[in-house]
Amino acid sequence: MKGINITKSHRRFHAAPLLAPSVAFLLLWMVVPLAMTLWFSGERYNLLVPGKSAFTGWENYRSLLTHRALWLAMGNTLFLLVLVLLITLVGGTFFSILLDQDFPGRNICRLLVIAPFFIMPTVSALIWKNMLMNPVFGLFAWITHSCGLGTIEFFSHVPLLSIALIVGWEWTPFAVLILLPALQSLNPEMKEAARLDGAGPVELFYHIELPHLLRPMSIVAMMEMIFFLSLFAEIYVTTGGGPGLASTNLAYLIFRDALLGWDVGRASAGGVLAIILANIVALFFMRAVGHNLEDWD
Amino acid sequence: MELANLTWKKLGLLASAALLVWILYPSQRRPELTIATVNNADMILMQQLSKDFEKQNGVKLNWVVLGENVLRQRLTVDISTGSSTFDVITIGSYEAPLWGERGWLVPVDDLGADYGYDDIFPVIRQGLSYQGKMYAAPFYGESSFTYYRKDLFQKAGLEMPPEPRYAQIRQFAQRLHDPEHGVYGICLRGEPGWGQNTSYVSTLVHTFGGRWMDLNWQPQLTSPAWIEAVSFYVDLLRNYGPPGAVTNGYNENRALFANGNCAMWVDATSAAPYFLDSRQSRVATTTGFAKIPIAKVPNGAAWVWSWALAIPTSSPRTALAKRFIKWATSRSYIARVGERFGWLWVPPGSRQSTYDNPKYQRAAPFAPLVREAILSADYTRPSALPVPYVGIQYVLIPEFQAIGTEVGQEISAALAGRVTVEQALALAQADTERAIEGRQRK
Repeated sequence: MKGINITKSHRRFHAAPLLAPSVAFLLLWMVVPLAMTLWFSGERYNLLVPGKSAFTGWENYRSLLTHRALWLAMGNTLFLLVLVLLITLVGGTFFSILLDQDFPGRNICRLLVIAPFFIMPTVSALIWKNMLMNPVFGLFAWITHSCGLGTIEFFSHVPLLSIALIVGWEWTPFAVLILLPALQSLNPEMKEAARLDGAGPVELFYHIELPHLLRPMSIVAMMEMIFFLSLFAEIYVTTGGGPGLASTNLAYLIFRDALLGWDVGRASAGGVLAIILANIVALFFMRAVGHNLEDWD
Repeated sequence: MELANLTWKKLGLLASAALLVWILYPSQRRPELTIATVNNADMILMQQLSKDFEKQNGVKLNWVVLGENVLRQRLTVDISTGSSTFDVITIGSYEAPLWGERGWLVPVDDLGADYGYDDIFPVIRQGLSYQGKMYAAPFYGESSFTYYRKDLFQKAGLEMPPEPRYAQIRQFAQRLHDPEHGVYGICLRGEPGWGQNTSYVSTLVHTFGGRWMDLNWQPQLTSPAWIEAVSFYVDLLRNYGPPGAVTNGYNENRALFANGNCAMWVDATSAAPYFLDSRQSRVATTTGFAKIPIAKVPNGAAWVWSWALAIPTSSPRTALAKRFIKWATSRSYIARVGERFGWLWVPPGSRQSTYDNPKYQRAAPFAPLVREAILSADYTRPSALPVPYVGIQYVLIPEFQAIGTEVGQEISAALAGRVTVEQALALAQADTERAIEGRQRK
């Protein structure tokens, strides 16, 4: 017992100087930009008005927090997050179960389902905007028009939903990538046993497959959350945050302040608020997912 | 085995050393110029022709070609933080005077007597100057006017007057709107952005007799003229425009018009050559041109803009950069484009001599209208009311990019029918007041 303790502390003693450079590097990597953001967020600093920067304390935060744009953007960020998570998880589960079946051409189908994930976000957003959702040239408009229905003006009437659709299309393959192997790892004897007990496909899904998938699903959700909190390219390419502020999320609001308004101070304050929001969401999420994992263990 | 390994290692080491020497060894270097430009057709031609310049001057040109928005972001960040790596940059008439005022640009008023400064349209030259010093050389200039479809007008028994009024434009749009057959009465910019819908709405407000700010810099966005102008715009575009107009910017509208989907389009004069080119347009023989429509007053009804080449003060190769700018914006360059690619495609709107040239007059039937539009756009008197600013489709203050962006978003919300015009303008007014706070205090 004693011996083990000694070696452990010994190892710790020796390891510290060896670990120090990488730890220091990682700290710098994280701390320097964060510190600069915090610093700028307390300054009046506009790129186009040089020589006029000054420390203003909470002014930038006051200006942001008292403007409706911030609250709308926060709401939009969360709405997009939840909506796209829903689309990718439901779609991913659906495709995984489909592709888990044995049918001719399965491998090609798997490849095709995965493919959208490898298209650059700006490119897929452009394809959706100009070739599918465009109310004059678009495929959807052509379909609804030939059915005698009116055209849907996606980006004017349902901008957030349209963006969620595009992002969902891009990220469903990611869910499939994780959920399909998980499904394949399900012991076939268990399914066999359930079938012998008289379970139909629906019962099989609810009582065997879904519980088995819950853990990989929470992993998918957690990883996607990181990306969906800072969605940008799809919004930039399709709606430009509009109409009004209907599709402006936090990332786009910060972009607008920084690169359209050149207000570095307020953009930095927005960045700090975005960090806080991300941490709150992560906290809630971890709690929820943590319970979930405990329940099913 | 070990020995063999060692030799391979040595060989590898030797090879990488040789590679390093080859990379680092100063080869017989020609001087280099790094040029940032925008990705539109005129600049692509310039890039192709620049081989001549490289040969004549023994220089190597490095090109960074970006879209308008990305270019503007990149250049602004670079130049305002003093970290610009470019020797020649492409900027517009909004940036040139502002950046010249801040001492970020080298004046280009000494390109030589043979450059022909007097040949440049005065309004373009003034637009690129600060306190009489020219800070950027115009590559091409534009104004705005009306495109219409002669065949559709004829079929409906209508005639476009040479000087249309907006009330007439509305009647025409109403008559010609035929969405069943994919023809929309009028196309206009709806995409939010200070260089998109805000530009157009700004001209509309001015011709309705309004202004952005009064002499005390107090924003006027809730004034009757603004409400009337924006209501007119929203009504016109929602009832007689293409579906999804909220996402249509300059490029989308140009594609729609070229495809025959618009009966009319009020926008930049620089789109005209595309419509006459039957390879890119289905309306090559049926496109007509008319002056900018007027609502109440002629002041500020049409905009004026130019893309120009400038030199950041941080560039160490100013003399060479000036030589390039002189080459690319000279009369002889325009002639070279005309001979190589056809006179329709020469950079328009910068020089009187282009419009005096019979070859250009033959190739470009819209030329007299464009010249007149540019010359009559007085950006120092954009409104019938007194204003503290210059600029027609923008206000020449650094805060305007932020203002124009936010106002554009509010107007697009009104266009999409999410809020009323009055609500949108109240919000736009509040945004503008917030952005301009500092200026009023001064």
